[in-house]
Amino acid sequence: MNGERPLTRDMKPDGEPLSLQEYERAGGYRAVRQALRMAPEAITRLVSDSGLRGRGGAGFPTGQKWSFVPLGAEAPHPKYLAANADEMEPGTFKDRWLLEGNPHQLLEGMMIAACAIEADVAYVFLRGEYTLAARRVERAIAEAYQAGYLGRHPFGADRGLELYLHVSAGRYMCGEETGLLNALEGKRANPRAKPPYPQVSGLFGKPTIVQNVETLACLPHIITHGAAWFHGLSRGVDAGSKLYGASGKVKRPGLWELPMGTPLGELLEEHAGGLRDGLKLRGLLPGGASTDFLTERHLDVAMDFTHVEKAGSRLGTGTIIVLDDRTCPVGMVWNLEEFFAQESCGWCTPCWSGLRWAERLLDGLERGQGSEADLDRLEWIVKFCAPGNTFCALAPGAVEPLGSALKYFREDFMAHIRERRCPWS
Amino acid sequence: MATIYIDGRPYAVDARQNLLHACLSLGFNLPYFCWHPALGSVGACRQCAIKQFRGPEDQRGKLVMACMTAASEGARISIADAEAVAFRAGIIEGMMQNHPHDCPVCDEGGECHLQDMTVMTGHDYRRYRFAKRTFRNQYLGPLVHHEMNRCIQCYRCVRFYREYAGGRDFNVFGIRNLAYFGRYQDGVLESEFSGNLDEVCPTGVFTDATHKRHYTRKWDMQFAPSICPHCGVGCNLSPGERYGMLRRIVNRYHGGLNGYFLCDRGRYGYEFVNGDQRLRQPRLRLAGGPQSLPQKQAAELLGEWLADDRVIGIGSPRASLEANFALRAVVGARHFYAGVADAELALLRLALEILRRQPAAPLRSMESADAVLVLGEDVTNTAPRMALSLRQAVRQQPMQALEALKIPAWLDHAARELAQQRRGPFYIAAPAATRLDDIARELWRGAPEELARLGFAVAHALAPESPAVAGLAPEAAALAGRIAAALRSAQRPLVVSGLGCRSTELLQAAANIAAALRRLNKNNGRNSPKANSTAEARPDDSSSENDARLALAVPEANSLGLALLDPHPLSQALDAVRAGAATVIVLENDLYRRLPAGEMQSLASGLDRLIALDCIETPTTRQARLALPAAAWAEDDGTFINYEGRAQRYYAAYPPPGEMQASWRWLRDALAVAGREAGRWETLDDVLRALAAEFPDLAAAATAAPPESFRIHGEKVPRQPHRFSGRTAMSANLNVSEPAPPPDPDTPLAFSMEGAPTQPPAAILPFAWAPGWNSYQAWNKLQREIDGPLRGGNPGVRVWPAPSSGERYFRDVPPPPAARAGEWRAVPLYHIFGSEELSRLAPGISQLSPQPYLALSEADAARLGLGAGEALVLILESQRFTLPLVIRPDLAPGLAGVPAGLGPLQGLALPAWCRIERA
Repeated sequence: MNGERPLTRDMKPDGEPLSLQEYERAGGYRAVRQALRMAPEAITRLVSDSGLRGRGGAGFPTGQKWSFVPLGAEAPHPKYLAANADEMEPGTFKDRWLLEGNPHQLLEGMMIAACAIEADVAYVFLRGEYTLAARRVERAIAEAYQAGYLGRHPFGADRGLELYLHVSAGRYMCGEETGLLNALEGKRANPRAKPPYPQVSGLFGKPTIVQNVETLACLPHIITHGAAWFHGLSRGVDAGSKLYGASGKVKRPGLWELPMGTPLGELLEEHAGGLRDGLKLRGLLPGGASTDFLTERHLDVAMDFTHVEKAGSRLGTGTIIVLDDRTCPVGMVWNLEEFFAQESCGWCTPCWSGLRWAERLLDGLERGQGSEADLDRLEWIVKFCAPGNTFCALAPGAVEPLGSALKYFREDFMAHIRERRCPWS
Repeated sequence: MATIYIDGRPYAVDARQNLLHACLSLGFNLPYFCWHPALGSVGACRQCAIKQFRGPEDQRGKLVMACMTAASEGARISIADAEAVAFRAGIIEGMMQNHPHDCPVCDEGGECHLQDMTVMTGHDYRRYRFAKRTFRNQYLGPLVHHEMNRCIQCYRCVRFYREYAGGRDFNVFGIRNLAYFGRYQDGVLESEFSGNLDEVCPTGVFTDATHKRHYTRKWDMQFAPSICPHCGVGCNLSPGERYGMLRRIVNRYHGGLNGYFLCDRGRYGYEFVNGDQRLRQPRLRLAGGPQSLPQKQAAELLGEWLADDRVIGIGSPRASLEANFALRAVVGARHFYAGVADAELALLRLALEILRRQPAAPLRSMESADAVLVLGEDVTNTAPRMALSLRQAVRQQPMQALEALKIPAWLDHAARELAQQRRGPFYIAAPAATRLDDIARELWRGAPEELARLGFAVAHALAPESPAVAGLAPEAAALAGRIAAALRSAQRPLVVSGLGCRSTELLQAAANIAAALRRLNKNNGRNSPKANSTAEARPDDSSSENDARLALAVPEANSLGLALLDPHPLSQALDAVRAGAATVIVLENDLYRRLPAGEMQSLASGLDRLIALDCIETPTTRQARLALPAAAWAEDDGTFINYEGRAQRYYAAYPPPGEMQASWRWLRDALAVAGREAGRWETLDDVLRALAAEFPDLAAAATAAPPESFRIHGEKVPRQPHRFSGRTAMSANLNVSEPAPPPDPDTPLAFSMEGAPTQPPAAILPFAWAPGWNSYQAWNKLQREIDGPLRGGNPGVRVWPAPSSGERYFRDVPPPPAARAGEWRAVPLYHIFGSEELSRLAPGISQLSPQPYLALSEADAARLGLGAGEALVLILESQRFTLPLVIRPDLAPGLAGVPAGLGPLQGLALPAWCRIERA
């Protein structure tokens, strides 16, 4: 661990974005020039060696993902790259920091990824509500075009790269990899069947890579400093630094760039300042709304993909949501399930029917109209929406907090049934 | 083939297919919703979940969706696995959260796939206790009824309507459990195939709005295997009757023709049978006014009149082969005339000549054509179901890319996402816009002669021995080159034309192209689609269909059948009357549609006895001295010969009511009175035997379906579903003793629910049903394999042998049409709703028919300073018609579009030169 914070190091204290000049003065757009001199396969190999895993939540190894994209003269064109900036997971706001604070870093990351997969067209697919980010990204794109870093011959290269900002119409499903592609094509943001994977048949039926903002932002640094350096950023088994966040009733909610594998307890106590006075920790969602609850006994878990999974949850986006003892766990889960039920695209039956049913049952519990049979039904819905049973990952993610709440907070559920009311109301 | 293991037992299955297809083909009951054999797999409903194991050691396995998983070699699956069974029940329970459970008042009840699947999965107790979501329904026009609360969100409707049928005005709106399937606002559905929503929808969201007005449950209806009477395609239908009333039409699967879908004319045109336009009583016109006669007396009168040796007969392209033949037997070959205009008869003879050399492509093989030229035919309006098949053809070429990416064609959305907007070569040359223009790569507009010249040029570019076209405009020549190149490089090219333009040259040009293509085909050693091609070979009975490169749309259900009986031209009937023939028998035909009104008047006035047999009142029957009520097609048995030359038998859904009877029986009765040989015919088979004796070529028509003597285990085939309700109490208010079923001496079918309990041959299969499968989905249980022919083979037989070779080219290339000052070339424009005689009498269809109009191109209207709606006079020879102007930007300049078959314009001989004046 070398303690570096490459992603956020250059950001200004006042939160204003770095201009092109400022970004270059800090060393920006050197990595992409270097990448342009590399063979695409070499970039992919370097990224594979770096151990970079996708920061959007699934943690898929980035280099491996790229390796499925057909390269060379026979490959179909145009090929596409999409930066997934549709950050809409409740409790997650990390990409926003990167988008607003240093948009050129994202653009450079996209240029490097485009080199690796020989992409011709790239999109920033941005959450509609991120209006400030939209203005800043748009400005950065204009600056990059003006500087000749984008367009027909970026940096004098032969292969052109056109880059566009696309502002999402505002549905959670638009952030799902293939839903995003449909949305970009102007269609309903229903997910697509995989296989075929987007690397083979993606946007407009062409090879496509969809990559999270934070993942892309890592790329310039990996190119500049190498794979070993990237590994060295981490305290755990997965490489790099990571944006961690905390929300809920903690003393200092916020975002921090820390070594990958920072222990959960350290994050909560040292960085977020612990719970507000008088409150006790009940549990937390380690990586956004669609991850399983962890509890006090998990505070020594290293926050990386591998260890959080071993503890029974997922690193997800690395932004924790804290549940305290003055907040009703049933109410919190109801709130989350209401969100997911509302955001189901309506394509597959377990999702649109199961999540709505769960939400109705939780609402009933909160109103004091629940029964023990409802808990069985909730358990059943959790299984019903398991991975593979549904078309995409929305519903399996949505029932993670529900399933784990039933495990860890069963007594609270029972209290709602016994007292015929919400004990916190 | 691949071996897969289902619950431990090995089965051989088609490795190109998915596991749902494989399981259903093997006869397993595996429930599903979003999958449809014609629409492929999309994995939305999750109903067909099964357990898949990694190998013999894997005991846990995992749930997969059968429809989304390839039937790969060695796959081990379980349908009976407890977890899979519970999951499938859970899916139904989820869908049922919002379903209104209104089966008793739902038109789908009793033939509802959702009901069947609910029973199949065992879900029987509702645990969701919260409020159901509700929707506002839409008015979707006179044909389709909308009841959104019943929706289970399987997405079949929108996939059929938009992705399969190309409709634009229907979609899915909203998300989560509130997905709404409908139009952006109330209004008539635009697609000519909207009625298929009734059958595509697994429950009662979309139901038949015409059936609703005289609703009867499926289990209370009596069905017949039938053929559509409303165009020349010959789609197979299943009409349903109760209490002597025709209640509705649904599709009857035919693996080579209509498959799972019908057009709206075919589905909703039936109501003319129940209408007040029916001729119900024999009627003799006397000086004192019309007089009704009983059936027997009317037949005797006709018999007496036959003693006159100056009797002539006029046949009909909408009457059965048998009825036409009976008329021919009455009047003799010398006095049998075609009931179509001379020009149409000449075209039909030419079409027959061509089709004896060039086999016609069945609809299902059109779907796999990878390059198409439509020459002069507005297929959607003249042979509507054909258009739906042609629409699938443009997917073929883009789908060739699937193989390299190992994407199976059945993975429907993946296939469409890869193809995006790319379409295979599809060219349309027509006088005006057609409803397939949206899929065409290039369009060409012109008068019929110009279209023919383009076609001849294409043929010449493909085969130098086909005649060249002199003086072709450079633009047309270049297009011909592009079309020829596309056809030449295709594996399964197709040219489609027809009688729509009423142009000899156009048919000849199409024939030349087809001849050139077949020749290229042979030279290149190409034939049927490769076994593992993504363009799945449609199994069919005839191998010659695979190299069919041609289809010619013919106007009516039995146009070719009439032409095959060698009738004399209609004009000669007029000559015969002028020469003294005093008795004319007109068979199921309104001659006002065949002749200019003036000629018809003079024909009628020169006659002693005009005898009209028809099922409807027409200007002809009203003018007849003796009008005899014929059974309508749904009350009658007979044979139609479709555009392919396929003879198909249709059967009465119920005996003709009252004084009506089959035309051939009227004629037979009269012959009996006259003491003639043919008067001894007892059954339809007797007629067919006599027909085969006289026309050895048509002997095959007799074998189109089993004879009357056919029995299964000594029993007839029941027309009614197995007894489920109080059907036998239908007449209990009159007599508690159940009446004996009406006899059916003509067919192996019984007007009864009793009879052979097994699946009959496809030609006499009245309706789709299998144990546990009450909906249209039951076709799955009746096919040899999913999406293949019905067991026993596709119904119908080709009446002429498969052509061996004989590429011969027509040599008369027409000169470019010379413009005439102050004149327009009047061409017919067709309307799916309105141009056909019988269907336009159905209330739902008539509501959608246009009023008569005259169409001019935008340029011509501007040049003359005419505005839309302005009253114009169309002057055609001596006839004048006042019509409102319709400005058609798509019409080629110099043409005047006249709606075919509408109102006073129906008897016009088109194309013709005409003049136009302001009214």
